Amino acid sequence: MKILVQSEAFELGAEVDALRRGRTDIGAIASFVGLARDMNDGSDVAAMTLEHYPGMTEKALAALVEEAQSRWTLLDVTLIHRVGRLLPGDPIVLVAVAGSHRGEAFAACEFIMDYLKTRAPFWKKEVTPEGERWVEARASDDVAATRWGKT
Amino acid sequence: MKLRVLYFARLRERLGCAEETLDCAGSTVADLVAQLQARGGVWAEELATGRAYRVAVNQDIVALDAALTENAAVAIFPPVTGG
Repeated sequence: MKILVQSEAFELGAEVDALRRGRTDIGAIASFVGLARDMNDGSDVAAMTLEHYPGMTEKALAALVEEAQSRWTLLDVTLIHRVGRLLPGDPIVLVAVAGSHRGEAFAACEFIMDYLKTRAPFWKKEVTPEGERWVEARASDDVAATRWGKT
Repeated sequence: MKLRVLYFARLRERLGCAEETLDCAGSTVADLVAQLQARGGVWAEELATGRAYRVAVNQDIVALDAALTENAAVAIFPPVTGG
């Protein structure tokens, strides 16, 4: 398992290669990459800054992955989230889940992202033509997290 | 009891405070929030009932009725927006 909070960019191909290197028991790797967009809530976004709660962030991400491992049989997980200043098109978050079959890999990947959206202490601040603004949490993210049931 | 209280993101900016050490007269998160609301101004406004904020005690998100412990780190922050 690999969980990182970092300001540097990451590379999906390299992370997936690292997951499968030297093993032949993996039948499926599902991955997700979240990117910074140039538009949000009707405004152009020139840049964003991601703030987090050092210490709690790592703990919350580890708890998400442990929760996924308790629900599905997973062979390995990589979860990377960036912090600091990001520009449109920059990768923000990466989840890659290795399993024996696609079912658990797809499900765990989506589960980790849904829970991350409501539980990991990150906050986005955007730079728009109208000035800087904090991104508001979306009710649809709470709905996405609740469909996985109680923990 | 003595507590270390941290504020993040929009709340940190609105309250003009990133971190403080204070003495809490009560024993639950709700007691601490009431004590902070009693400061008035932006404190009363931002922490008013019905406003969306989360509280973590020693880095775990908790409900308002959660108990506080001596020297706990209590973080108050807006709903998260990562990912």
